[in-house]
Amino acid sequence: MKIVVAIKQVPDRDAPVRIAANAKWIEERDLQWAMNEPDAYALEEALQLKEKHGGEVIVLSAGPERVGSTIREALAKGADRAIQIMCGDLGARDALGVARLLAEAIKPENPDLVLTGLQSEDLGLGQTGVILAELLGLPHATLILHVEKTDAGLKVRRELEEGWFQSVEMPLPAVLTMQSGGNKLRYATLMGIKRAKTKELRAVNAAELGTAAAPVATLAQISAPKKQKSTQILSGSAKEAAAALVEKLKMEARVL
Amino acid sequence: MSVLLVLEESGGKIKRASWETLAAALKLGPAQDVTAVVIGAQTETLAAEAATKGIGKVVRVEHPLLAHYTADGFCLALHDLIQSQNGTKCVAFPHTYQVRDYAPALACKFGQVLIGDVIAIEDGPLFTRQLLQGRLTGTYRHSGAGPCFVSVQAGAFRTDTPETQGNAEPAPIELFTPTLDAAQIRTKPSEPFRESAQTVDLGSAQRIVSVGRGIKEEANMPMIAALASALDAELAASRPICDSGWMPLERQVGSSGQTVAPKLYLAVGISGAIQHLVGMKGSQCIVAINKDPDAPIFEVADYGIVGDLFEVVPALTEAVKAARQ
Repeated sequence: MKIVVAIKQVPDRDAPVRIAANAKWIEERDLQWAMNEPDAYALEEALQLKEKHGGEVIVLSAGPERVGSTIREALAKGADRAIQIMCGDLGARDALGVARLLAEAIKPENPDLVLTGLQSEDLGLGQTGVILAELLGLPHATLILHVEKTDAGLKVRRELEEGWFQSVEMPLPAVLTMQSGGNKLRYATLMGIKRAKTKELRAVNAAELGTAAAPVATLAQISAPKKQKSTQILSGSAKEAAAALVEKLKMEARVL
Repeated sequence: MSVLLVLEESGGKIKRASWETLAAALKLGPAQDVTAVVIGAQTETLAAEAATKGIGKVVRVEHPLLAHYTADGFCLALHDLIQSQNGTKCVAFPHTYQVRDYAPALACKFGQVLIGDVIAIEDGPLFTRQLLQGRLTGTYRHSGAGPCFVSVQAGAFRTDTPETQGNAEPAPIELFTPTLDAAQIRTKPSEPFRESAQTVDLGSAQRIVSVGRGIKEEANMPMIAALASALDAELAASRPICDSGWMPLERQVGSSGQTVAPKLYLAVGISGAIQHLVGMKGSQCIVAINKDPDAPIFEVADYGIVGDLFEVVPALTEAVKAARQ
């Protein structure tokens, strides 16, 4: 099975974020970056499918130079080769604009399966995979926890709300967006990291994949969230704060 | 602004989230400009329910191939419908798993994107949604001629206003039959199922102690159990903890787990991504213990302790034990 995995580099979950001076996005200098977690699960699923059925895993990511480090991490975990769409203005494109870039890069590869995470941890639009399917003319399923290859194509397990699931059967080629938690993520081995350095990483300029259309949805401004409640912060040492909290829960909230 | 409101049902009743979306749609225009859409193989009862809500009209999008949800079926049927409704400026959905599965593809057919998971709508219109797992919010603007596709986060808009309660005069109901062919539906879904019988009903718990990524290792879990035991509380967790197998899946709180509303919800080491918040923000009293003062969990907390949970939790367990003696 030839599988393309679309991954995104996002700010590390624990990295402190600051709003940039123009209030359009966050300050990216000195930020730590990581592979979007649902995309890491998509990669894991691809690697396991390859181990079972053979084939090739190609990693695809769009963004500036720095994205290369996340791509190398995917190669170190076992992907065979990678394509990086060099794109300095990813944030200025909407979900459709980004998906168009990815779709154009995927088309010449003619994969059997395209996998990606169900959403990104930065913008959280949760649309790229579904739009990709539409642009590529392929069937899709979202929030997938488990993938099984059948004679007719795929049988996947899809998560529904409130603890329900369903299985979906579909022909190949297809696009799936992966939910976190279906597999255990692997770590890159030392050997893998070494090998990754010799694997093919092809750079394609965004401009070669078509002209960017004007976005239909634009992020006008970002800000700190509005508080929904006024939180009483209990300060002091751990012991003092704990004692103050118990007092509040007993006397004020009356829940003890 | 004329709005198509796509309602979602569950078990033959229109979901509450659909009415919250109506509340959101009323920020864009008067109720008379709202057309509610029900979709399925048999939609008569749903349409009758929708017609009482004081809106302009109801359209039944009906076809035998829409008996079970498929992305292909819903996309094609709604594409047909939107094209038939001249002058639609906005198409609004509740932000459910089902909508996430097909609405981006539907929007794409019109060269549009979905402005998804919206929590507020202001004049402009400007659509507010959360970024970076709730650490920031962003306002989005739609431009261009095509209809604006929007989905609305569960719980973000109130349905207890008179406008969404409905009135006596039922709205006119139209039937729309989309052109669908079985060959166009490429996926075959099964009936929904549950993993195993649910043995824990967190929904009826009075007190819940819930733990998140901040706990770092499975070896640290007994510390949380001790606090829960002192408080006589049920144990729960955020998704990553259940994904790691440190807590059974049935104790997961959030959009993919249970929705709870206890008297006391104590969140330990949970940053408060929206997927978690939707499952617990209805709790009477929320306490958050987290090392990050900017963690979104503090936006919904009544009481907070900013600090190292490995120091705070044992101290709290002792304090609770002393107080309950």
